[in-house]
Amino acid sequence: MNTSAARRVLPGFPLALGYTLVYLSLIVLVPLSAVFLKSATQGWESFWAAISTPRVVASYQLTYGVSLLAAAINAVFGLIFAWVLVRYTFPGKRIVDALVDLPFALPTAVAGIALTAIYAGNGWLGQWLQPLGIKVAFTPLGILVALIFIGLPFVVRTVQPVLEDLSTELEEAAASLGADRWQTFYRVVLPPVLPALLTGFALAFARAVGEYGSVIFIAGNVPMVSEITPLLIITKLEQFDYPGATAIAAVMLVTSFILLFLINGLQAWANRSHGGG
Amino acid sequence: MPFSPRIVRALLAGAAAFMLGAAHADVTLLNVSYDVTRELYKDINPAFIDHWAKTTGERVAVEQSHGGSSKQAQSVANGLEADVVTMNQATDIDLLARGGLVPANWRKRLPHDSAPYTSTTIFLVRKGNPKQIRDWDDLVKPGIVVVVPNPKTSGNGRYTYLVAWGYAVKKGGDEAAARDFVTRLFRNVPVLDGGGRGATTTFTQRDLGDVLVTFENEAVLIQRELGSAGFEVVYPSISLQAEAPVAVVDTVVDKKGTRKQAQAYLEFLYSPAGQEIIARHFFRPRLDAVLRKHTRQFKPIPLFTVDEVFGSLDQAQKIHFADGGVFDQIVVNRP
Amino acid sequence: MGAAVATHWTVHSRRFEASAATREPAWVRGILIAIALAFFALFLLLPLVTVFAEALRKGWGVYFAALVDPDARSAIFLTLLVAAIAVPLNLVFGVSAAWAIAKFNFRGKQLLTTLIDLPFSVSPVVAGLIFVLLFGAQGWFGPWLIEHDVKIIFAVPGLVLATVFVTFPFVARELIPLMEAQGQEEEEAAIVLGASGWQTFWRVTLPNIKWGLLYGVILCNARAMGEFGAVSVVSGHIRGRTNTMPLYVEILYNEYNFAAAFAVASLLALLALLTLVVKSLVEWRGRQELSAGQES
Repeated sequence: MNTSAARRVLPGFPLALGYTLVYLSLIVLVPLSAVFLKSATQGWESFWAAISTPRVVASYQLTYGVSLLAAAINAVFGLIFAWVLVRYTFPGKRIVDALVDLPFALPTAVAGIALTAIYAGNGWLGQWLQPLGIKVAFTPLGILVALIFIGLPFVVRTVQPVLEDLSTELEEAAASLGADRWQTFYRVVLPPVLPALLTGFALAFARAVGEYGSVIFIAGNVPMVSEITPLLIITKLEQFDYPGATAIAAVMLVTSFILLFLINGLQAWANRSHGGG
Repeated sequence: MPFSPRIVRALLAGAAAFMLGAAHADVTLLNVSYDVTRELYKDINPAFIDHWAKTTGERVAVEQSHGGSSKQAQSVANGLEADVVTMNQATDIDLLARGGLVPANWRKRLPHDSAPYTSTTIFLVRKGNPKQIRDWDDLVKPGIVVVVPNPKTSGNGRYTYLVAWGYAVKKGGDEAAARDFVTRLFRNVPVLDGGGRGATTTFTQRDLGDVLVTFENEAVLIQRELGSAGFEVVYPSISLQAEAPVAVVDTVVDKKGTRKQAQAYLEFLYSPAGQEIIARHFFRPRLDAVLRKHTRQFKPIPLFTVDEVFGSLDQAQKIHFADGGVFDQIVVNRP
Repeated sequence: MGAAVATHWTVHSRRFEASAATREPAWVRGILIAIALAFFALFLLLPLVTVFAEALRKGWGVYFAALVDPDARSAIFLTLLVAAIAVPLNLVFGVSAAWAIAKFNFRGKQLLTTLIDLPFSVSPVVAGLIFVLLFGAQGWFGPWLIEHDVKIIFAVPGLVLATVFVTFPFVARELIPLMEAQGQEEEEAAIVLGASGWQTFWRVTLPNIKWGLLYGVILCNARAMGEFGAVSVVSGHIRGRTNTMPLYVEILYNEYNFAAAFAVASLLALLALLTLVVKSLVEWRGRQELSAGQES
């Protein structure tokens, strides 16, 4: 893949990039700059006070920790899910395929209420888990369940088209060279899918970090234990404290940006090593 | 192509019809209100429209906006063109006063500190009251599970906190005693739901807790929605009078030329007809005649006001619910 | 060439199940399907069933009454209107961003990709707040807007802006990994054979990215219709005028109208099933094209 040659051959680069940058600036960058400017209207001391109390720090740990875990679980199960949808036939497959998008269409609060109904101590599943000593609703585990729910479509839907696109020839070649199925998967199938999988992971993670509506119903919202950062932003807004709210939002924005940048770097690396190999 | 010309035309026609929807009346008022008043204003609005047509011959339409009270107030401060605001806490209108949308003396412009009705905080317990919960003292006993929404995000939760504090003070306690009382109360609260409705769901659908502390009018709605089979209402020995204030938004009505109608709309809430509708929706009316008619529904118990114990809701907000305030201290450091 | 392109994207799991080289042993297949279905049941099916169970708790009469209520109808219309504006905007952007990022190499590519992801990580309420900070009465452009009597927030343009923001990355992020995986040989060949840029895009690239594009649009649309937090901040909640379906669901829920709230929510859930219809339609047309290509 000689990209410098590609640049010469394929047209449309200036137009596509120019449009992308203008649209990105208008819709995302200019509005987001309001967060930083508003948070800067207060002095450094009150900014620092807003973002560094033990309670806020505990919420960062919870929000980012559970979001990473949820995205990792989604990456594993989402890959299996997409694999099964692309490669196997089984009854009801079309319905299963269609319902993958459900978490996006359902308003988040409805999702939160529905999940709480299922996992609460008297819920369909909760009543079986409770005797085992597993409490889901109103604990951090409940937050994990909600975040898995809202992030699942990202992984499935980014991996699915790439899996569908794979030709069978390489796998057949690997098999004829004596590789077993696991080796073929690991060496032949996974490398081209990995960048898409990482994208799905990044998106599921990003979405989980900012999620509020569904989590609030299932979390319990106990300070230091199950209180997520977006809730703290809301409580600041409730007191009409715009600078404080935007200060926490700015911290989240920068943190998320750095983490996403790292994941995207990993994705670019996976892409290159696959393309180079 | 995803958009055929026919679909686009249909959409445009629909959009046009939609924009013209409110254009029949001579004057359109926007009432920005809080949650749970939709049914109330569904009855108030036609009654007022009738009343106004009869007295002036003018046709007026009233649009409604409902949401969390503080959020709604912020929307108005940010430019939502409300002719009148009907909120559930005075601090939300104080916000508008700070922004210059209403004058600082807004409370004095209508009777009863501009609050045409009130409600009070009561208990909802499970059928037969198995834990024998009768009064505020019972809520702080070890082992009792209390469901209250988060005072940081919900007016309902704030009033619960304030009435518990006031109860301790009224019993002769000092500030330390009151603080100890609410600390013990919130130690019994395992879940801090975002709003009153979430707390209700936790108590009624999830079977969590022995007692739900909520507003009188909401307790009635709960029984109506879920049947009175599973729950019963308990009136404590004393509670708080929660006032629901209203105001004309001066900047908007002056711009739109709707002051006359907006003022009349709010005054209608104080009229016998308006108070009757209010009582039918389980809010406590101000007119004695109407209140007496409904005594079966509004059990008379001693009520104190926020101003009596805390000076004002604004001061209570600053001391108790601001970040790092008393409420934060007691919930963050709880064992 | 049409047939070659068509076979390239027409996917049937049979393609993989036909040969031993691309097939797992039956027990592995069984386990994987079982895991996927269990995950499906736990995280997708159960919530859906719950929504419908709650919606129908008071019977079909209440269910349909909730949907034909004038406030509900205007909320449904507004939701469709907002999505109809927001989704095409992000579709055009997504294709153009993916073309630039996947087909070319340039400095700052990783930075650009990350910036495109950013709206997802912004808490929805903050996403709404930024537009209030810009266009609200006390915002940067607020005084100018009031002077010229232009309404952005608490009106349809604000709803569209907030929706465009929260659904911003969908189409682009769906297409980028797919187009990167596909490389640019096919496009290069077309250009070398004398096709123009647009011809290459329409005849070569578009058929190749069809599924990815479809998923992107469907996800974008689902999220555009289901978004609550951001829209809630800029809406003003005026009944019959600026209430979208998710906002309407919240109001119904908050005023103890449980069954009606879930009825409207179930309508949104049904959108997910729309995916099934659209996908089947595209698949069906693809097969027709394929058979036409083979005959000629």
